[in-house]
Amino acid sequence: MMAAEAPSDEAGLAAQIAAARDAREPLLIAGNASKAPMLRPVQAARTLSTRNLAGITLHSPAELVLSARAGTTLPEIEEALAAHGQHLIAEPPDLHVLLGTESAATLGGTVAANLSGPRRIAGGAMRDHVLGMRAVNGEGTAIRSGGRVLKNVTGLDLCKLIAGSFGTLAVMTEITLKVLPAPERTGTVAIAGLDTAAGVAALAAALGSPYAVSAAAYLPDGAAEALPALAGLAIHPGVALARIEEFAPSVAYRTERLAAALGRFGAARVIEDAGSRPLWRTIRDALPLAAGLAESDAVWRISVPPSQGPRLAAAAAAAGGRWFLDWGGGLVWISAPADEARHRSITEAASAAGGVWTLLRAPASLRPGLSALPPLSPTLERLTRRVKAAFDPAGILNPGRMYAGI
Amino acid sequence: MIALPEPKAAVVARREAILADLARLVGPDGLVSEPHCLRAYETDGLAVYRQPPLAVVLPSTTEEVAALLRYCKAEGIRVVPRGAGTSLSGGALPLADAVVIGLMRMNRFLAIDYADRVASMQAGVTNLGITGAVSAQGFFYAPDPSSQLACMIGGNIAMNSGGAHCLKYGVTANNVLGLTIVTIEGEIIRLGGTHLDAAGYDWLGILTGSEGQLAIVTEVTVRILRSAEGSRAMLAAFRSNEVAGACVAAIIGSGIIPVALEFMDRPAIHACEAFAHAGYPLDAEAMLIIEVEGSPAEQEDLMSRLGEIVGRFDPLGLKIATTAEESAAIWKGRKGAFGAIGRISPDYLCMDGVIPTSQLSPVLHRIGEMSRTFGLGVANIFHAGDGNLHPLILFDANDPESMEKAEKFGAEILKLCVAVGGCLTGEHGVGVEKRELMGVQFSAADLEQQRRVKSVFDPDWLLNPSKVFPLGATPPVIHAA
Repeated sequence: MMAAEAPSDEAGLAAQIAAARDAREPLLIAGNASKAPMLRPVQAARTLSTRNLAGITLHSPAELVLSARAGTTLPEIEEALAAHGQHLIAEPPDLHVLLGTESAATLGGTVAANLSGPRRIAGGAMRDHVLGMRAVNGEGTAIRSGGRVLKNVTGLDLCKLIAGSFGTLAVMTEITLKVLPAPERTGTVAIAGLDTAAGVAALAAALGSPYAVSAAAYLPDGAAEALPALAGLAIHPGVALARIEEFAPSVAYRTERLAAALGRFGAARVIEDAGSRPLWRTIRDALPLAAGLAESDAVWRISVPPSQGPRLAAAAAAAGGRWFLDWGGGLVWISAPADEARHRSITEAASAAGGVWTLLRAPASLRPGLSALPPLSPTLERLTRRVKAAFDPAGILNPGRMYAGI
Repeated sequence: MIALPEPKAAVVARREAILADLARLVGPDGLVSEPHCLRAYETDGLAVYRQPPLAVVLPSTTEEVAALLRYCKAEGIRVVPRGAGTSLSGGALPLADAVVIGLMRMNRFLAIDYADRVASMQAGVTNLGITGAVSAQGFFYAPDPSSQLACMIGGNIAMNSGGAHCLKYGVTANNVLGLTIVTIEGEIIRLGGTHLDAAGYDWLGILTGSEGQLAIVTEVTVRILRSAEGSRAMLAAFRSNEVAGACVAAIIGSGIIPVALEFMDRPAIHACEAFAHAGYPLDAEAMLIIEVEGSPAEQEDLMSRLGEIVGRFDPLGLKIATTAEESAAIWKGRKGAFGAIGRISPDYLCMDGVIPTSQLSPVLHRIGEMSRTFGLGVANIFHAGDGNLHPLILFDANDPESMEKAEKFGAEILKLCVAVGGCLTGEHGVGVEKRELMGVQFSAADLEQQRRVKSVFDPDWLLNPSKVFPLGATPPVIHAA
């Protein structure tokens, strides 16, 4: 059983880190451990959790800002925002079903993993909306970067480095986000019966239209079955989905115009608000893959130029995997039985397509031996090691979580 | 005046030999060394500071930039990167012992892909040039700094430039997908690509807005967006700054995010009207320019929602454009604002602090008081939706006392911004101008962490020295495992 510490304030957390630094004792950094299966396992005797650093510290709806301690859960934040008609812009996913974990994601973990959902293509990534943060570096020193205002170019933006660093540079204690009004209405244009190439072409046309499409996904029939919003559509071989989020009159107008503009790809059906919302939550959380996932399966999340989506879909199919596409074809979710040969073929296809990949989960026996992120070039490896040393000279924060030996 | 560091005497003494070496690296055609030619590079958009450099080089390729940086690193020569030289914070100000690397010859497009909605170009392409290259297909590049006709994408990366439309579309950092950078060691690194969310640490994020402290950017890949069906502007005039500020909060609170939400106070309205004859309300204390996008019917719907909100704030006037020409007329004064201020004052300092929008009214009130105390006029023009103030302090640079007062006034405004929860700069950068104020916003530990990151990339602190960080401290040393 690992020793776990969960201090309830930043000073307590800083003291734990300073002690670990003095003892040269690595720490596994966690929030609620909802993403524990992601990336590589950390060899550490002790866990340091932010879960007791909880609570929203500022929400100023008219200023579009929210601050919360790192251990605050996403559902709590989403609920507080919804009470004022606002939402998280990047639409971060809840991956606990996909990853087979129990607890809700924390804000700290979501920012540390820079996880964004379908709205990424229109609204930006999770890290794009981090206005400021407090964090403790690997020496136990509390630092602050950014602030609580919507624009800020003062000094080097350490928030960007720390967001997406999976707890390897500093442990975030409080985060300030830009938030936006939630849309009054959503609607989705669905065109069924398209193969992958035609589906991605339809999504490119949708995203190249003047109607401000906020999400664009392609589901092959295996992934689309059992989704209530798509019932009655002749899906085979797949369905292209494009979402509009606006005031009600605009959603009516834009879905109609978009359906007409995409007419050359096939007949479109407009899915109204009540069907559209749960449909995109399912896509956000990668539930089409989670259903039927075996312990022995691996899951990859791959980002490529959107036009390369079909190429990755073909690689997934060749590996006997299941898959679907978000971000207009640019985000490829793949699950397949885990083994080194499949890991190699899928990740090589991602690299060949000019993209990057993340190993989201794999059986415990395989994880230590697999790269979880694309290998670094010698130059970038040197920079990565030096940045790590600039924040965490003793190498005690989540060592090996992203890259073996760093 | 802000101090510049002592030139390295050993470097200045070797000038002739260095010029010969530089000519070998970029060809005689790429070297500027005659004193009268160097004058063209002695300042930037912060024209009160002037210092001709040791030399200027104008490379044409990434490989030439790499060779130049390898040489400067080996010789211990300081380097100042330069795009179009439009920085308002002295970001491109040379030093007497520094070589300026100007990227204006690197002005070619590399690729435009409408299916993937990306464009790649060299760092010397202008901001407006990007939109110009894709507008025939109905696309645009979103960040739109006021200097967009001249400023270059490489400089936009360095400063993380914003603009009037970034409330809706984000700043430069939110629109960059890939960079080619050259390190001070002369290594060429390609970061990101044409996909979203590059893997590993966020190199794009830390480089964007790093003010030339970390590396030189030679190539850039950005997202391009499809333009909306149309746009329209509205002008609303108010009896006080307080009421206009409350109206801004009400608009944002209503769920409408206009593509632009610009605020002008009385002095700005008068200066712009005298210059542009845009029909601005001279009896108003404050006015807002509000722009929305969409189809004609959608614009109509949003305008009626906005008109209803504005109506609650006892407006002195409300003008809703019905044609593109009327929208252009509303924007005309705002777009000519800097020129207009230039007509009423020999010089002005453009500040760039950001405040929480709830503090708009008390901060403007306090700036008014300071204006009377310092005896210098001030006009306020700013992006109201995101709280990014642009107080323009009017002074006379030929009068040393006026100049000193203007700088003190500016510093007091920025300290006020920080005190109410804001920051020193929203889009212009720290440069030399705000270097010594960094301690107002950051603790010693915050700054030390930033300085360590600087040392990761530039251990000898040769890149764009005497900017961003307060002078004086020795560079931190990073021991990588």
